[in-house]
Amino acid sequence: MNIEIPKKFKPLINNAYQVAQSTLRPLSRKYDRGEHDYPKELDMLAAVLDGFNEGDPANSAGAATTGKGTREDEGGVKNGSNMGVCLGAMEMCYGDTGFLLAMPRQGLGNAAIAAVANEEQLERFKGKWAAMAITEPGCGSDSAAIRATAKKDGDHYILNGEKIFVTSGQRADCVVVWASLDPKLGRAAIKSFVVDWGTPGMELARLEKKLGIRASDTAAINFVDCRVPAENLLGSPEIDTKKGFAGVMETFDNTRPLVAAMAIGCAKASLERIKELLKDHMQYDFSKPVDNCSAIEAEIYKMEADWEAAYWLAVKAAWMADNKKANTLEASISKAKAGRVGNYITLRCVELAGSLGYTEDELLEKWARDSKILDIFEGTQQIQQLVIARRVLGLSSKELK
Amino acid sequence: MAKDAVGYALTALNRLASSDVLDKLGMRKSVERLAYTLTKGGFQVITTTARTFKSSKPGSKPERLNAPGHTKDLFDLGVTEEQQMIRDSVQSFATEVLREQAEHADAAQKTSDEVLAQAQELGLNFFAVPESLGGAATERSTVTSMLVAEDLARGDMGQAVAILAPMGVANALTQWGTALQQDKYLSTFAEENPPKATIAVCEPRPLFDPMALQTTARKDGDSYVINGEKSLVPLAGDAELFLVAAQAEDGPAVFIIEGGSEGFTVGEDPSMGIRASAQRPLTLDNVRVPAENRLGNGDFDYRAFVDLGTLGWCALAIGACQSVLDYVGPYCNERIAFGEPISHRQSVAFMIADIAIELDAMRMLTYRAVCRAEQGKSFQREAHLARTLVKDKAMKIGTDGVQLLGGHGFTKEYPVERWYRDLRAVGVAFGGLHL
Repeated sequence: MNIEIPKKFKPLINNAYQVAQSTLRPLSRKYDRGEHDYPKELDMLAAVLDGFNEGDPANSAGAATTGKGTREDEGGVKNGSNMGVCLGAMEMCYGDTGFLLAMPRQGLGNAAIAAVANEEQLERFKGKWAAMAITEPGCGSDSAAIRATAKKDGDHYILNGEKIFVTSGQRADCVVVWASLDPKLGRAAIKSFVVDWGTPGMELARLEKKLGIRASDTAAINFVDCRVPAENLLGSPEIDTKKGFAGVMETFDNTRPLVAAMAIGCAKASLERIKELLKDHMQYDFSKPVDNCSAIEAEIYKMEADWEAAYWLAVKAAWMADNKKANTLEASISKAKAGRVGNYITLRCVELAGSLGYTEDELLEKWARDSKILDIFEGTQQIQQLVIARRVLGLSSKELK
Repeated sequence: MAKDAVGYALTALNRLASSDVLDKLGMRKSVERLAYTLTKGGFQVITTTARTFKSSKPGSKPERLNAPGHTKDLFDLGVTEEQQMIRDSVQSFATEVLREQAEHADAAQKTSDEVLAQAQELGLNFFAVPESLGGAATERSTVTSMLVAEDLARGDMGQAVAILAPMGVANALTQWGTALQQDKYLSTFAEENPPKATIAVCEPRPLFDPMALQTTARKDGDSYVINGEKSLVPLAGDAELFLVAAQAEDGPAVFIIEGGSEGFTVGEDPSMGIRASAQRPLTLDNVRVPAENRLGNGDFDYRAFVDLGTLGWCALAIGACQSVLDYVGPYCNERIAFGEPISHRQSVAFMIADIAIELDAMRMLTYRAVCRAEQGKSFQREAHLARTLVKDKAMKIGTDGVQLLGGHGFTKEYPVERWYRDLRAVGVAFGGLHL
């Protein structure tokens, strides 16, 4: 047993840290105020990231490489791309969560393609920036209730429906759209399709104005008789009612630890800043039992303990994915813990910093707004609790609703 | 708030009422009443002296065991084959013996000699003593000690403490003891009948800090004279060998004290939980100890000594919380209310999900600190964070375990009330253990 981050990830972590400090932080406030402005500075950064990725895929910091365990064999145990991506995302979100989400070619759609596309599709979609469209006005957490339809017509599918909350939905090259082949057949009939922007029938409805992560555009997209080539369907076109939802849900096993990592990175920024602001009030020597510390010291120690637990839970879930261990439970545990801890810490740090934390001179108030989404998307806190409880109790989704 | 006239009147009335009852029933003799009122101060017996420790041929330098090497610089939660074998046997012992005996041991305030003998058959003490001193250990794995503690506590936390206390003394002697101390004391742990031994750090006062001891050790010629009070000392009534923490002139130190030493007495002050560990208070009244019995030479690290105990308590809490989780799931799946299992309700199911989440969080922080300790890295910060998280979450899990069973959870028909009491120990205990 060894609970350390291996040295081989140090360059990746350092690169991401440098980007966070030198590129993202100085732009944070600009694009928080200028919501929907295109952060053109990210293009150059993305090119640099692509360079990192090409050079060393296992050590890349983007979502595009999740889910593919490394080939190298290191005596049975692997510390591969899932772990690397999580570590990179932590540092990037320590810089700015909105920018990480807005990073070209690193969208959740890319993660979905990486997880389920076949070899031909991987080649065809290579280098494309893919957004992910699941949510609809009438369906959020219950993604099985998707109303968007895909009807087979010759060698095309015809998509109809309305998608909301599509991260980078406007800026991406294409969108991975979840739609049902037959809404009567429930989850098993839900498939995902890669739809290129420019396909007739695909139309931007609006961009949301949001509480946080304003640097990242969140689009609503309408599909009206939108014809998508059949070869753009990801995974199997068959409706396998036995396998049910598993195909599309597999993505979550890789993306939930990644979102946990984002929450951890965002909270790290707040925790580090509050410690700087409170340096005259803290001993910070870990020598006394927590109950013997001052109230403020005890509170910081408790937050740090929760934060560090969340950190290692995310690394654990990613480590399991790297080692091809079934990690649905651990992925949800990591996201639940990081989501609640990240949101709590960022908010509490605003409060502890007083009016300084509440005003825009500091970024504390921004991080406290950004962190809320990380306890919501890729499955809310409550959805994670459902997943965990069902697993622990051995209950079906019919029994534990 | 100070007691006022009404308060004194009520107290007097209370005394009158109870003596009235006693008189009517004629149950209490005056002697017993004396024992009853003087429980704390009056019940003092001499510590046990059943063995003569003697040094035969101390080596020139102490035996120090290395941790199993980590040749690969990779994050890895896997355990070795040897660790898995140990876990398997400890887990079945915990399920088949400790869990079965838990209720009885809690009531008897004692881990039975049969259970201790069976625990000894697992050979744990043998693996705590280096080969050259008659044991079987070629390396010293803090991680293995942690896993053993977790797995024993999954059976029963109180008995686990009783089993682990002597092991803690052996571990501390292996890690810190001088050649003489190892020859005289550590070697006896590999004998057929190893000594009962324990570690005394805690002292009876609010906001106790193990770094600020009130028990004092005054150097007097070639011995130390120790004075003070210790509390929550496992096996204190039966132990033949004690490691006692006391403030020396040059900082906190630990002394090896044999049971039966003059002025070294054990009292009685039963606690809320972990009662099977037979923990009692100790009084040291001018106890004279040879200077050579001060633990370690220059390399003794009192902070690490305390932290390795604290991490032991964290490991026990993880095991006990796992048993809570293992228990409440099936219970809530079977318990019917309003026509369906209560686990089908989110308010119940989410409490169980939270137990699973925080239990895993407790594990990661504890494992992390222990891995660092095993590898000889600094681990004070990690141990502090682990304790800070573990005590809060473990106590919450103990509370929720009872809540999930409702009124049934409040009765001794079910084990959750015991876990509720046992798990408070992690918030107050220092010492007693050493991984």
